[in-house]
Amino acid sequence: MSRFAAAFGKSAPALVCFITAGDGDTAANLDALVEAGADVIELGMPFTDPMADGPAIQAANLRSLGAGTTTHDVFKIAFEFRERHKDVPLVLMGYANPMVRRGPEWFGSQCAAAGVDGVICVDIPPEEDDALGPTLREFGVAPIRLATPTTDAARLPQVLAGSEGFLYYVSVAGITGKQQAQIESIEANVARIKQSSDLPVAVGFGVRTPEQAAAIAKVADGVVVGSALVEICGEYGAEAPAKLRELTSALAQAVHTARQD
Amino acid sequence: MNTPLNSFRNLPDERGHFGQFGGRYVAETLMPLVLDLEREYRAAQADPAFQAEFDDLLEHYVGRPSPLYFAPRLTEELGGAQVWFKRDELNHTGAHKINNCIGQILLAIRMGKTRIIAETGAGQHGVATATVCARFGLPCVIYMGAEDVKRQSPNVFRMKLLGAEVVPVTSGGATLKDAMNEGLRDWVANVHDTFYIIGTAAGPHPYPEMVRNFQSVIGKEARAQMLDRTGRLPDLLVAAIGGGSNALGLFHPFLDDPTVKMLGVEAAGHGLDGDEHAASLLGGTPGVLHGNRTYLLQDEDGQITEGHSISAGLDYPGIGPEHAWLKESGRVDYTAVTDEEALDAFQLLCATEGIIPALEPSHAIAAVKKVAPTMPKDSIILANLCGRGDKDIFTVAERLGVEL
Ligand SMILES: Cc1ncc(COP(=O)(O)O)c(C=O)c1O
Repeated sequence: MSRFAAAFGKSAPALVCFITAGDGDTAANLDALVEAGADVIELGMPFTDPMADGPAIQAANLRSLGAGTTTHDVFKIAFEFRERHKDVPLVLMGYANPMVRRGPEWFGSQCAAAGVDGVICVDIPPEEDDALGPTLREFGVAPIRLATPTTDAARLPQVLAGSEGFLYYVSVAGITGKQQAQIESIEANVARIKQSSDLPVAVGFGVRTPEQAAAIAKVADGVVVGSALVEICGEYGAEAPAKLRELTSALAQAVHTARQD
Repeated sequence: MNTPLNSFRNLPDERGHFGQFGGRYVAETLMPLVLDLEREYRAAQADPAFQAEFDDLLEHYVGRPSPLYFAPRLTEELGGAQVWFKRDELNHTGAHKINNCIGQILLAIRMGKTRIIAETGAGQHGVATATVCARFGLPCVIYMGAEDVKRQSPNVFRMKLLGAEVVPVTSGGATLKDAMNEGLRDWVANVHDTFYIIGTAAGPHPYPEMVRNFQSVIGKEARAQMLDRTGRLPDLLVAAIGGGSNALGLFHPFLDDPTVKMLGVEAAGHGLDGDEHAASLLGGTPGVLHGNRTYLLQDEDGQITEGHSISAGLDYPGIGPEHAWLKESGRVDYTAVTDEEALDAFQLLCATEGIIPALEPSHAIAAVKKVAPTMPKDSIILANLCGRGDKDIFTVAERLGVEL
């Protein structure tokens, strides 16, 4: 069974945690997330021009690049994570240019060698899948697609075709870290997607608190939290692991027990 | 117009690709909008009423056709080919940018959009966008790098006079590419009512094609005017390149005229041998940014590096994808000139022709200065004088050590 199938096949919904690679002591921060109950890790690849991100993740990208993080460093972090955590799915998330810079084959082979399970590329829609998708599939790495409130019924099949691992439902039309969507709209959209696909659906964008996470966990297979964790990395530096552990435990508790009542 | 099979004028393909360049590299949230925009643009193209309104505004509001001007004293000074200029600096608002803004705002209105956003570097596209928004009574938000807000204060004030809200962007290097990022962020968050007027022939399909087509009025007029005045086509076209819209506007209608050579002029800043230039084609490599695959200034990890040019309008680390393709196909030649050379050309045009050019076309003039003497006296160079220099007098004064 793939690591995704195992993580989303548990009896409770999954908590998906995002932080940016190279923003602080990433190994220690990742360990804190896993130990506190994260089921899936999304590791952000820093980029100079994160067009779909709000201020928190933009700042994390700049901190990471300012500290000199390279693509090799990102893969080293991933490789070492995989050595320490055999079973936790690891997803690289980022923008097309750093991924295709040395050619898709180079990127796909590095992902496979580092034990990366999936890749989310924000700015490669299904229309441009050629740029990366076929190579990832060849290397056994799942291209994880995004569906959004603007992805209408006519378009959804195209998004789902070629999606692997899980589907990431972006709950708001907007950038990361901003407002949260109405739970009714999330519920309806997740149900719509699940009618056409067997993939697990994780919901993200704007989820900050255990309460919000619990509400979403009632209607989706997974909940993604990013900006709130990234802000902790920025604010607490070397002290971040303890703070990340605190928030992640609360989020995990909320997500894992959401369906029990 | 019918184009032959082996035409240089029949791209992009239906996916918006110019060979390996172009495309629609945008977040899923924007993808349905970009498709919708393409549909609406195709409908507008097929609608004679749309074209009629565009033409009418260009004539009576912008002041087209712009003159085709033979520059006798510059020609004599350079001692070679005849130098002619397409005078788009005489347009309302002082540059070619307004041609595109008229087209896009008509499309926005047709699509029922009620709010306009745009990015700007030098402020010329921002001013042109604010102008058409005032003309049509639509609210307008202009994103501008905080550095550029400081460098281009007269244009910031112009935009405000025209009723635009100017938002200084502090992320990244706080220049044009960061303003474009912020424009895209606004667009994803306001997809239902907002139209993004992109200012150059870049961005996701259909923008590169659409902007090129709106700007092609430059080349269509120039081609007819040249035939009318001289009975022949020019031997060489020259235009400056930031994102590439004025150059494509001039070049595109001539692409299938095999005797017409073309030269695109990038900004070499302090020189192509260092990092401080904005020559994406000559000093960059292919990559993906702002919705399309094209040549970029980037490092080995694909991180985008900052461009530099004395001209804020050329200071962009990418270039429209059609230029990337025209370079690879060999149809158009590309060169670059330095800040110094552009400044010299700026002064030369002032002194010989009584025309103060913008720093962007000063790059084209600098290239003309180099090639004209190598060409016979009966040959014709046509350069795009795409903007006037009023906005640049402060920058030039500072460089010349003059206090205003
Ligand atoms: C007068 C003028 N020319 C040229 C440019 C560069 O843009 P493009 O290459 O799209 O013509 C600008 C951009 O601001 C401009 O203001």
